[in-house]
Amino acid sequence: MGADALMRAQVGGVPSDVVFERSGLAVAPRLAEATVALVTTAALMHPGEPWPAGSHDYRVFSQEELDDVIVGHNSTNFDRAGFIADRNVVFPIDRLTEMHAEGAIGRVAPRHLAFLGSTFDLSTFRLDTGPAAAKLLRDDGVDVVLLTPV
Amino acid sequence: MSTLCHVFNDAGIATVAIVSVRQQAEAIAPPRALFCDFPLGRPLGKPGDPSYQRRVLDAAFSVLEHTDGPVIADFPDVITDAADSPLACPLPPRHDPDAHPALDEARGLRPTWQRTRTANGSTQVGRVVEPDAIPDAIALFVAVADDGAHWKSVAWPGNDLMTTLMDIRLYYEEAALALTDHVPAARQADAWFYRSTEMGMLLRRFKEQVESQDPPFKGIAYLLPQHEQ
Repeated sequence: MGADALMRAQVGGVPSDVVFERSGLAVAPRLAEATVALVTTAALMHPGEPWPAGSHDYRVFSQEELDDVIVGHNSTNFDRAGFIADRNVVFPIDRLTEMHAEGAIGRVAPRHLAFLGSTFDLSTFRLDTGPAAAKLLRDDGVDVVLLTPV
Repeated sequence: MSTLCHVFNDAGIATVAIVSVRQQAEAIAPPRALFCDFPLGRPLGKPGDPSYQRRVLDAAFSVLEHTDGPVIADFPDVITDAADSPLACPLPPRHDPDAHPALDEARGLRPTWQRTRTANGSTQVGRVVEPDAIPDAIALFVAVADDGAHWKSVAWPGNDLMTTLMDIRLYYEEAALALTDHVPAARQADAWFYRSTEMGMLLRRFKEQVESQDPPFKGIAYLLPQHEQ
């Protein structure tokens, strides 16, 4: 079994401790008129600012603050070389900027967010940091979010 | 991540998640998702390939057109990792025969690491260990693995053994990228680190040593990737 197949088999059955009501899909504006933000669970960080283990917080990055970010997620079980070579394989900020330039996206959000993945107290995301992050995004006029894992 | 999708969706923000583990996404059922059967750590599929990444993004954003959900669409391609084919990277010859092999190796890799650092304009090293201090960090693993120190007696940078180790791994992986003429397939660089380097061998001895120590190191199962155990 390959490295990723082994991990998918192991984490695929991890149960959620939160049951969501099916509240319908938020209405998506036309992409050419949307403000799009990126949210990743790669635990992006600046050098010297490691994430506390098990953190359920989030960090905020303007585009100018993305040049020296590190993938702070400590798992040994995913590829790192891809991000070293090209950050867009995890955090496609340059692709979004290109899409905005050609008119495919209305606006790239001024701020983007990072969370630490593989944390299992989902209620904190559901009730505390998730709503706070949503408010920040709404305050920036964001109406579409693309989420990426590692 | 799927949990955040629900929270944002409930706040009126349309979300689409690129998901890597379909079974997990099915359980939490994010409002809109695109499953990409790509290597973990490469959710957009191919580093250095903007047109391919754009294809993935177009597919992801097209999921926004769904008005009923939850929906998990599938990207048609499959890309698998190559952990079973480690990079064939030349390692520097021994320079200082009196130094520990792992320390000598890390010092010898410094010029190649610097090439990647210069080319990228940034580095993935620096959570808790500065690049200049990588040999000092490796010396801490030597103290436990080969000199009998207890893991808990060591002053790990940032008081964090695992984060120290990740900085060392990234130093090696960045050096490896300067020794190849292409972006390696997923997991080839870390497979080289864990299997082919003196540091990788040191890490395996470290794990064996720590397994016999009390109190145990709670993160011992995470010192090596699952497929390397």
